[in-house]
Amino acid sequence: MSIESISLSGRKKLVSNKEMTFWERMYLIAIVKGLIITIQHLFTRKVTIQYPEQVREMSPVYRGQHQLKRDEQGRENCTACGLCALSCPAEAITMKAEERRGDEKHLYREEKYASIYEINMLRCIFCGLCEEACPKDAIYLTTSKVLVPSSYEREDFIFGKDKLVMPLDIAMKNAQLKNAN
Amino acid sequence: MDSTIIIEKSVIIVAVFALTMLMAMYSTWAERKVAAWLQDRVGPNRAGPFGLFQPLADGLKLFSKEEFEPNTPNRFLFFVGPAIAMSTALMTSAVIPWGDRLHLFGRDILLQATDLNIGLLYFFGVVSVGVYGIMIGGWASNNKFSLIGAVRAASQMVSYEIAMGLSIIALLMMTGTLSLREISEQQAGMNWNVFYQPLSFIIFLICAFAESNRTPFDLAECETELIGGYHTEYSSMKMGFYLFAEYANMFISSTILAVLFFGGYNYPGMSWVVENWGVNIANILGFAALFIKLCGFIFFYMWVRWTIPRFRYDQLMHLGWRILIPLAIINIIITGIVILRAEIATYLGF
Repeated sequence: MSIESISLSGRKKLVSNKEMTFWERMYLIAIVKGLIITIQHLFTRKVTIQYPEQVREMSPVYRGQHQLKRDEQGRENCTACGLCALSCPAEAITMKAEERRGDEKHLYREEKYASIYEINMLRCIFCGLCEEACPKDAIYLTTSKVLVPSSYEREDFIFGKDKLVMPLDIAMKNAQLKNAN
Repeated sequence: MDSTIIIEKSVIIVAVFALTMLMAMYSTWAERKVAAWLQDRVGPNRAGPFGLFQPLADGLKLFSKEEFEPNTPNRFLFFVGPAIAMSTALMTSAVIPWGDRLHLFGRDILLQATDLNIGLLYFFGVVSVGVYGIMIGGWASNNKFSLIGAVRAASQMVSYEIAMGLSIIALLMMTGTLSLREISEQQAGMNWNVFYQPLSFIIFLICAFAESNRTPFDLAECETELIGGYHTEYSSMKMGFYLFAEYANMFISSTILAVLFFGGYNYPGMSWVVENWGVNIANILGFAALFIKLCGFIFFYMWVRWTIPRFRYDQLMHLGWRILIPLAIINIIITGIVILRAEIATYLGF
C-alpha cells in the first residue's frame, strides 16, 4: 500500500477538476435540487421551545446546585473527610475540619465536622464526582434549576455552608414524610 | 360623467396604493416567517397572533429612530434618494389590470388605474427610473460603501434591463400588444403565455430577481462586503422607505410576472362563472386568482433567497451579458421563425 492511498479517516476524496457538462453549467438542475431541499425544511417539525411558556424537560441525570444533607434528626451528615475535595477534578472544594464538642451532638452526626465548607462555583463543572465519592451521603447535586446567580464580585461565587447546607425545616419535613411512609 | 370617472379612478388608485403598501408591509413579515421556516425556526410570533403585528412594531420602531444625517454636501439629494425609490415603486402599479371589470351602479368599472396602450413600456420606464433612487442615495451618502453599492446596483440593473427587455420582445411578438389588459385578455382559458414562451419566462424571472435587487443578485446591499450598500448611511424612516420600496418592487414584479406569463386575473372556468354567477363574482374571483398567483411568486422570491448564495460580481455580469442576452435573442429568432411559418402555412392554405 502506497502512502498516497492511505486515508486515516476513510473520507479522503480526490479533488476533481473535470469539465462540467452543458446541463451542469446551466445550474438550473442544481438550483431546482436546492429548492427541493429547502422546501422540505418548510415541513419539518420545528425544535424551538417557546421559553417562558414552555420549559425544556430536564434530563433524568441532571445535576444542579449542590446541597449538604442533614439526617432525620436535622444533623449534618458531613464528617469533613475530604474525599469530595480529593475527587473533585476541578479542585473547587475546600474545607476545614473541626472536632465536635459534647454540646454539639444535636448539630453534627459524626464526631468530626466541617467548620468551613466552600465550593468555588466558578471552578465547579457539576460532574458529580463529589457525590459519588462521599461515604456519608452528605453531598448531593440537586435537580434545582436555579444555577449560580450572576454577580460582579468573585467572592459571591464561593458558596459557603450558609448556601450549601440543607435548611433545617426542609430536613425536618423530609424526616416527617419518611416516618409517615 | 367626468366627475364620476374621477371618483372611480381615485377609488381604484387609493385601493391599489393601500394594497401595495399593505403587501410591502406584510412581505417583511412573510419574509421573516419564510426565512424562519426554511431554517427550521419559528419566526416572529410575539407581536399579535402569529406575529402579525410585527410589521407595525417594525414601522413604529423605524419612525421613532433618530434621524441621522451624514456630513454630506448633497443634503438635498440625500433626501431625494429614498423619495424617488419609494415613488417609482408605487407608480408601477398604475397599469396593472387587477381584474377585468365590475358592473356596479349601472356602469362598467375597469379594475385598473389606467389602461395605457403602452402599459408594458411604461412599466419598464418607471422601473428603470427606480435605479436613480438607489444611485442618488448612494452618491449623496458620501460614503465609500454606499457608493460602491450604488454603482453595483446601477450597472446590474442596466445590464439586466437589456435581457429583460429582449426576453419580453419574444412575448410581444406573440401577443402583438403592449397593453397589459389586452395581454391578460388574450390569456383567457388557460392560454397562459408561460406554456408558449417558457424560455422567455425563465429569462424574465431571473432578470426580475436582478431588477428588484433580491438574492442571489443582492450585491448592491450585500451585508458581508458593503455593510448595507446604498442605505448604509440612512436611518429612521428614510431607511424604512428604501426597504419598503424594495418590498413594493418585489410585489409589483411578482404581479407583472403573473400578468404577463400566468394569465393575470384569468382562472380556469372563468367564462362559466361569468355566465352562471355574473360578472362581479367572476371578477372578484379573478382578483383572488391574481392575488394567489402573485403571492406564489412572492413566496418563490423568498424561497430562492434562502436557497441560493449570492453571486460574485463578475459571475453576475457574465450571466447577464453572455448568457441571458444571447439566449433572449435566440428566443426572439425562434419565435419569429415559428410565427412566420404559421403565417406562410395559412397563406399557402395548409
